[in-house]
Amino acid sequence: MNAVWASGLRKRYRKRTAVDGVSFSVARGEVLGLLGPNGAGKTTVIKMMLGLVRPDAGEVMLLGRPVKDPKARAEVGYLPELFRYQPWLTAKEVLDLHVRLAGAAVPEKERRDTLGLVGLGERTGDRVGGFSKGMQQRLGLAVALVARPQFVVLDEPTSALDPVGRADVRDIVLSLKERGVAVLLNSHLIGEVERVCDRVVILDKGRVAASGTLEELLGRSEVRLRLEKLTPEAEARLAQAGPVSRDGETITVALTEPGVDLIPDLVADLVALGVRVHAVEPGRVSLEDRLLDILGSDR
Amino acid sequence: MTVLTFAALTLREASRRKVLRALAVLTVLLLGLSAWGFHTLVTKEFDGAQLTSGELRLIASQLLNLVMFGLSLIAALGTAFLAGPTLSGEMESGVALSIMARPIRRSTVLAGKWLGLVAFGGGFVALAGVAQFVIVYVTTGYWPTSPVTGLALLAFQTAVLLTLGLLFSTLISPMASGVVAVGLFGATWIAGVVGGVGRGLGNDSVAAVGTVSQVILPTDGLWRAAMYAFQDSTALLQFGGPAVRGGFPFLSDTPLTAAYLAWTVAWTLLVLGLAALVFRRRDL
Ligand SMILES: Nc1ncnc2c1ncn2[C@@H]1O[C@H](COP(=O)(O)OP(=O)(O)OP(=O)(O)O)[C@@H](O)[C@H]1O
Ligand SMILES: [Mg+2]
Repeated sequence: MNAVWASGLRKRYRKRTAVDGVSFSVARGEVLGLLGPNGAGKTTVIKMMLGLVRPDAGEVMLLGRPVKDPKARAEVGYLPELFRYQPWLTAKEVLDLHVRLAGAAVPEKERRDTLGLVGLGERTGDRVGGFSKGMQQRLGLAVALVARPQFVVLDEPTSALDPVGRADVRDIVLSLKERGVAVLLNSHLIGEVERVCDRVVILDKGRVAASGTLEELLGRSEVRLRLEKLTPEAEARLAQAGPVSRDGETITVALTEPGVDLIPDLVADLVALGVRVHAVEPGRVSLEDRLLDILGSDR
Repeated sequence: MTVLTFAALTLREASRRKVLRALAVLTVLLLGLSAWGFHTLVTKEFDGAQLTSGELRLIASQLLNLVMFGLSLIAALGTAFLAGPTLSGEMESGVALSIMARPIRRSTVLAGKWLGLVAFGGGFVALAGVAQFVIVYVTTGYWPTSPVTGLALLAFQTAVLLTLGLLFSTLISPMASGVVAVGLFGATWIAGVVGGVGRGLGNDSVAAVGTVSQVILPTDGLWRAAMYAFQDSTALLQFGGPAVRGGFPFLSDTPLTAAYLAWTVAWTLLVLGLAALVFRRRDL
């Protein structure tokens, strides 16, 4: 079953079309990255998915229920792009409120641990009004995580965080994935997305510009080599690894199979065949390049 | 269940905001002033003689109504400025996003907030009102004719106004909703006074101004009925006569009718329902 399934979502704000026929799904236990330039409609899609914004058209099933049913949100954790919490409550009181509203039975210790996890362990009794921006975003993360969600939606979770906080978020997402919790991650930090996401959906101007697993989007990896004393046997070995192309001194092999041992094996075989290896440079089209490519092609 | 959570949350918000302190200061100030005023009234000699008990009752009635008007104004201002920002403020700041992403209905949130605000307004009216009654009793010996009915009507008036504030809160910005609600409250009060003058002069079309405004926004009608419950009717009959009918803003000749009460209840439910409808359709 899907954590979320959305079909044909459409939303207009007055004359401006914000989202124009977006369909996607997130499987249980999957981490989906939502990418796209400013104003692409990412936040609007997320809000429609959670029933916060009414779509003009389209359908959403959230954890197996139509999103119009409030119960669909029972096991959803959400960190909004605009993260603000009652300034007159303490951090602990905010968590207590959300646990209560979610109808979850979360013991006191677990709530405190959640605050500790996001680095607010020592500020549990302080009023949110006195929190810094980054601390409020950390509190937002705790709110999203506290009620034992099956699906966590993070809309730019690191926009206000320091580098340590960003690493924390990455670890949190990975540990959610390990526990089989589905995650939808919208972020402009592509490296972050590339490292944690199974699949990516790229939005542009309210439409899905591309989607798929990282493999599918980025293509296979490649390796660039600088070699001397290349024998025909060695050339055959290279061709075996994948299509070979030459650019002056450099030989580029597009690797046909995925695998971590591929390059060391190839190098060992080349050396055994008497080839002198000057440089090995494994490469992959970065998600960033691919994204710019996709977004650039329809401009 | 969730309704009560939001009611409790609203009360906690009210108690932690600066509004409460402002409200407390204003109330204490008003009560203090009235204690001093009533004390002076009893001890002072007019033209060399103290007031007769009948005169005193009439004046005490009127002054009590004046002070109660002050209290109801404080209650109205306080709750309107709590009710106004509560929804629109949360929608504007983003607090509503994380709350409404929980498995709850928007109407539940609205009902909870309404309940909390009604409890707050009612509690304030009851506390400040009783304190005022005690002050008047100690200084002049006057005790209102039907204090409980009167206070209940005042609390109802507060509820009516905050319901309107909540409706505006789903539609317009935080401050604007408070200001508009209080503005309308003031306008109906003035319309009520104008209507009273019309009745005093026997001018039907001017009198209609008051009646119509009391139907459109029932705060003033409730206020007049509350005054009627506070004041001493026998003293009024004895001294007031035609002067009371009409012009006097702080005396009332109109008790509450069942029809008006029914209309007010219906009005409140209608406005609350409308607010729920608007809020349900709002994009956050
Ligand atoms: N409340 C609103 N009223 C009017 N227009 C809106 C509103 N919310 C979003 N839009 C419009 O919808 C479009 C998509 O906005 P959205 O916030 O979904 O973009 P986004 O992809 O999340 O961008 P960012 O990366 O900057 O967060 C924009 O053109 C924006 O102007
Ligand atoms: Mg956004």
